Amino acid sequence: MKQIGRRRGVVIERLFVALCLGAVIVPLGLVLVLLGNVLSDAAQRLDWAFLTSFPSRKAALAGVYPAFVGTLYLGFITAGLALPLGVGAAIYLEEYERRGRLANLIELNIANLAGVPSVIYGLLGLGLFVRVAGMGRSLLSGAATLALLVLPIVIMASREALRTVPLSLREGSYALGATRWQTIRQVVLPMALPGILTGSILAVSRAVGETAPLIIVGALTYVTLLPDGLGSPFTALPIQIFNWVSRPQAEFLLNAAAGIVVLLGTMLALNTTAILLRNRYQKRTY
Amino acid sequence: MAEPRSTAKGTAAEAVALISNAARARTNGPSAPLRERLIEVGLRGCGLLSIFTTASIILVLAIETFAFFREVTLAQFLFDTQWTPLFVDKHFGIWPLVSGTVLTTGIAILVALPFGLLAAIYLSEFAGQGVRRLLKPALEMLAGIPTIVYGYFALVFMTPILQAVIPGLAGFNSLSAGMIMGIMVIPMISSLAEDALYAVPNSVREGAYALGATRLSTIFRVVVPAAVSGIAASVILAVSRAIGETMIVAIAAGQQPRLTLDPRVPVETMTAYIVQVSMGDTPTGTLEYRSIFVVGATLFVMTFTMNFVSQRLTRRYRSAV
Repeated sequence: MKQIGRRRGVVIERLFVALCLGAVIVPLGLVLVLLGNVLSDAAQRLDWAFLTSFPSRKAALAGVYPAFVGTLYLGFITAGLALPLGVGAAIYLEEYERRGRLANLIELNIANLAGVPSVIYGLLGLGLFVRVAGMGRSLLSGAATLALLVLPIVIMASREALRTVPLSLREGSYALGATRWQTIRQVVLPMALPGILTGSILAVSRAVGETAPLIIVGALTYVTLLPDGLGSPFTALPIQIFNWVSRPQAEFLLNAAAGIVVLLGTMLALNTTAILLRNRYQKRTY
Repeated sequence: MAEPRSTAKGTAAEAVALISNAARARTNGPSAPLRERLIEVGLRGCGLLSIFTTASIILVLAIETFAFFREVTLAQFLFDTQWTPLFVDKHFGIWPLVSGTVLTTGIAILVALPFGLLAAIYLSEFAGQGVRRLLKPALEMLAGIPTIVYGYFALVFMTPILQAVIPGLAGFNSLSAGMIMGIMVIPMISSLAEDALYAVPNSVREGAYALGATRLSTIFRVVVPAAVSGIAASVILAVSRAIGETMIVAIAAGQQPRLTLDPRVPVETMTAYIVQVSMGDTPTGTLEYRSIFVVGATLFVMTFTMNFVSQRLTRRYRSAV
């Protein structure tokens, strides 16, 4: 009796392990299959002309050129805004104000901001940048909105990186008579830089994939000119994809698939850079 | 030597205090060089930017919300059962949008909870270190795919498959959008719940084995209960993420505010309404323009409350373990 019971227990346990493994494999497999489908749909449309053409009413002639350029601009401007501000905040929290009341408040605040849905950032951008600051529905408004959206990610990653710099190096620098800023600028930051860059690239990759805040801030869906300055109207890859998905004609879905491949390719390039940086960084030992 | 602070916490903390006091006295007191003091002020400004962001969010939402309620009464907002600000016959009952959000979120959690929890148990209790190091980031990658891509999946692949099985399923429906959203939030649950399960000390498991418990009863009667507040935190975070999710529901769930819990028909979520109005060119200062801020404020209050509860729960399991 007891032996049969034990054997049944073993069988049930194995079944449960298989079930748990299934819970990991099934979603991953499903998404891989879906991505494979997107790739095969995209293959019918994706060519050099698709990358270099403006949008068109005819699906076969339409391309992602202004959207792709817009995404690149947005990525660079967002990084240019979020990186100094985020790293500055991280330095302040890690190197200056480690356990004050203000630091606690800021920390709590950043944790809360990280959980605010991206549509709300869109409304913030619309109210603050587009209306109050008078920046209009411009490239700069979009990038500033995205910068605020990813700021918590940049701050958290930079703090993580600053924390890995051993204390003894700061002590050594102080002992040599360096001031606090000299120590940060010449000792701490160079060592933390790869970690900071890794986190920041991931943050930009997140910004590049965002759709909703840009729609609310006022990205256009039909752009026939490239942006020629910070104040010009803009579009981006996710907006263009949304536009094509929303159309009833089936041939535009192929464009959407091709646009998705371009978007994912851009993000993959960013993430690969981040991983390469991290691997290089991890090999170093102190 | 990689993490000196975690290996010798006490002495490291003392050293930090000593050094920062010494450094403050020497470099950043009244006699400190002006440059040093200016830099500190600038850095503090960067830190304060996050508080400025939160304040701006609340202010922007509050100003437009007050302007909205000067024209629409709170009773109309809370007791009407229709939401039609874009029609001639305007109604401002928020419930159709809330029901759309609750419905898609509910479906998403029905998918994400079993998958996420079982995946967390697998990664924490069964997987070897190598497998764990490979599969955990792989799952987390699911949360990194842009939501516009998931929206495309829901509309182009999921809905036709479901239509073949479920007769009467509309082209836009909350079932397909909710299921795909569920896949997207699996990593919220699996990663955080796995952290909580993994943090349960091995001595607890060994104690259970010593008492003759099997592996399964150890997991379900000892490890999972010990990690329950962390698991709850992960689920609340997933709910909050699903409520705020926009593009999947805007693409695949439709744009028809409807007070229903039928997963087969088109609905509209709060987030999808905001997108719908933004796609048209709504002039500033109109009631339509203000209505998206009111919906945004409702959304903000909901997600803020959930994130707050989730953080409290996370802190509890961190201090308990």
